[in-house]
Amino acid sequence: MAEGAVVPTEFTTGPIVGRSLWGEARVRLVRNKAALTSIIVLGLVAIVCIIGPFFTGHPFDRVYPDYVRAPASLAAYPTPDQVAPAIERIGARIRATPEDVTIGYDSIRLNLVSPRPIDERLLAYFERSDLFGPAKVVEKLDDGKKLAVEVPVKRIRFLFGTDANGRDLLTRTMKAGQISLAIGLLATFVSIVIGVIYGATSGYLGGRVDLVMMRIVDVLYSLPFIFFVIMLVVFFGRNFILMFIAVGAVEWLDMARIVRGQTLSIKRQEYVQAAEALGVETRGIIRRHVIPNTLGPVVVYMTLLVPKVILLESFLSFLGLGVQEPATSLGVLISEGAKNIQGATWMLLYPSLTLVTILFCLNFIGDGLRDALDPKDR
Amino acid sequence: MLSFILRRFMSAIPTLLVIVTISFFLIRLAPGGPFDLERPLEAKVMENLNRIYQLDKPLIQQYWLYLTAVARGDFGPSFFLRDFTVAELFARGLPVSMTLGGLAMIFAILIGGTLGSIAALRQNSGVDYLVTGLGALGLTIPNFVVAPIFQIVFGLTLAWLPVAGWGAGTWRGLVMPVTVLALPQIAVISRMTRAAMIENLRSNHIRTLRSLGLPLRVIVSHALRGAALPVVSYLGPAAAALLTGSVVVETIFGLPGIGRYFVEGALNRDYTLVMGTVVVIAVFVLLFNLVVDILYAIIDPRIRYD
Repeated sequence: MAEGAVVPTEFTTGPIVGRSLWGEARVRLVRNKAALTSIIVLGLVAIVCIIGPFFTGHPFDRVYPDYVRAPASLAAYPTPDQVAPAIERIGARIRATPEDVTIGYDSIRLNLVSPRPIDERLLAYFERSDLFGPAKVVEKLDDGKKLAVEVPVKRIRFLFGTDANGRDLLTRTMKAGQISLAIGLLATFVSIVIGVIYGATSGYLGGRVDLVMMRIVDVLYSLPFIFFVIMLVVFFGRNFILMFIAVGAVEWLDMARIVRGQTLSIKRQEYVQAAEALGVETRGIIRRHVIPNTLGPVVVYMTLLVPKVILLESFLSFLGLGVQEPATSLGVLISEGAKNIQGATWMLLYPSLTLVTILFCLNFIGDGLRDALDPKDR
Repeated sequence: MLSFILRRFMSAIPTLLVIVTISFFLIRLAPGGPFDLERPLEAKVMENLNRIYQLDKPLIQQYWLYLTAVARGDFGPSFFLRDFTVAELFARGLPVSMTLGGLAMIFAILIGGTLGSIAALRQNSGVDYLVTGLGALGLTIPNFVVAPIFQIVFGLTLAWLPVAGWGAGTWRGLVMPVTVLALPQIAVISRMTRAAMIENLRSNHIRTLRSLGLPLRVIVSHALRGAALPVVSYLGPAAAALLTGSVVVETIFGLPGIGRYFVEGALNRDYTLVMGTVVVIAVFVLLFNLVVDILYAIIDPRIRYD
C-alpha cells in the first residue's frame, strides 16, 4: 500500500468474493483446449529437459569414440555387425588373431592366437573401447600363445543417436532444451523489467519527457536489430549469460511502447486521480497503480517474446555466435545437424522437433492468454 | 501529397544521421581491429596500413571523413575483402538479394492473402482450421530447419532441384531459397489477412453490400480493401528486411547476396562494409515506411497528410 493512502478497515475485512481479472482469465485459459494442452506439453518438456539428463546414463559431454554418428535406435548398441570389426581392431592392437569368436548378447568368447606369448595386460584394450567391459582370461593354452578370453559386452542405448563427436544426442538435446528455455526466460525477464519501467514512466510523466523518451525508442527501433545483437556478441564475447541479459536489453522496445500506451489510458482513471489527490508520490503511483494494471498485455507479450528470444538464440548459435562447446543449445544442435544432413538426419530431426514443440506450445499459450485476458470477449 | 513525401524525405535525413553515428561509434568501440591477425603484423606494417585507411587519425576526424564521403556516395574500400570497394560488393550482392526477397514477397502476398481471405470467408470450417494450422506451423518452424529439410527432400532424395548455388539466377536454383524465405511470410500474411477480413466482413458497408445481393466477388474486393491496411503496415518493414537479404538462407544455399555482409563484416571488423550495410538497410527501411504511408492514403481515402 502506498504511503498516505488510507483505507477504512470495514471495507477490507469480510468475505467479499470479487470476480478478479486473473481468476476469470484462468478459468477461460483452462477452457481453451489448445492452450491447456500446450501448457501441459511445455511443462513436460521442461521437466524432461531438467531431470532427464540424470536418467539417460550419459553425461552430455561424454564422447564415445566408437559410436560417432550412431543412428537413433531403440535397440541397444553395439549392433551385431559392429562387434566383429571392433574385435578385429582390438586383436590387431594386441597383435593377436581372434579365432572362434562366438557372439552372445551379453558376452563374447574368443581365442586370441599369436606367434609369441600374449601379454595379458594388453587385454585392457577391450575395456578401453566403448563396446566391451574388462576381458577375463578363461584358459591359457600353448604357453600363453593362445588365450581363451571372455569379454562382457557393454550394452548402451542411444535413443536419439549420437552426434559427430560421438556424444549421446538425447542427453544433449535435453541439456540444449534447458539452456534454450533458460535463455528465453532470462532475456524476456530483463526486457520486461526494462520495458515496463521505461514505458510506465514515459507514459505517466507525459509531456516533453514522454516525447524525448519515445524519440529514443524510435531511433533505437530504426537501427538494424541484428547489428545490435552482433555488436553485443562482439563486446561480451563468450559469456552467454551476459550476452542474453544484453539481448533482453535490446528486446524491450516493443514492451516499452505497449506499456506506454496502456499507461496513457490508465492515468486518466479515477483511482489514479484519487491517489494523486491523496498526495501519493509519483513513484508510488507508478508502482502501485500503473504497473499492476498494465500486466495483462505484458503477460501476453511475454509468452510471445520467449519463443522469439529462443529463436534468436538459435539463430545466433546457427551463425556460430551463440553458446560455446561443450555447452549446447537447440540452435547449436540444429546447425550441427544441418551440416550432417547427408547420412545423419537424426542429428537435425530431434533437436528441430524439440525446438518446434517448445515454440508451438509457447505460441499457443500466448494466443490463449490473449484471448483469456481480452476484456472485450467476456 | 507531394509536400508530404518531400517532408518525409527531409525528416529521414536526421534519422539516417543518427543511425550512422551510433553504428559508427559502436563498431569502433568493439575490441579488435580489421588488421588483427592470429600472428600480429609488424608494427611498421600496421602503422602503414592504418595510415592508408586513415585509421591513425582521431576518431572524430575519421567520423567526419566518413560522413562527407558517404554524402558524396563513396562508401570506401572494404577492409577485409581487399580488392573490392563496398559499393562494388553491393552492386554484386544487392541484385541477388533483391531478386530472392522480391520474389518471396510477391509469392507471400499472393498466397498468404488468398489463403487468409478464404479462411475468413469460411470461418471455423475445415479450410479455416487448415490455414490457421499451417500458419502456426510456418511461424514456428525456423528457416534454418526448413532449409536443410528442403535440401534433403528436394535436392538429395528426389533430386528435382539443385541443393545449393545461385546457378546464374536460373529458376531452378531460385525455387528453394524463395520458398524458404516466403513460408514464414505466407504464415504471417495469411493470419493477418484472416483476422482483418473477419473484422471487415462484419462491418456495416459489407452488410449493406450483402443485403443488396451483390456477387461474392464484389463483396470480397471491398472487404479486401479494408483488410489491406494492417497487412500493408506489416509489409513495409517485412519487405525491407526481405530485400536486404537473409543471412541464414544465403549461407545455407550458398548464394552471393548481401545478407552475409553484416555478420562477416562485424566479425572481421570490416568497418566500411558494416557501415555500408547499415546505411543500405536503413535506407530500405525508411523508404518502405514511406511507401506504406503513401499506400495508406491510396487504400483509405479518409487518411490525408495535408
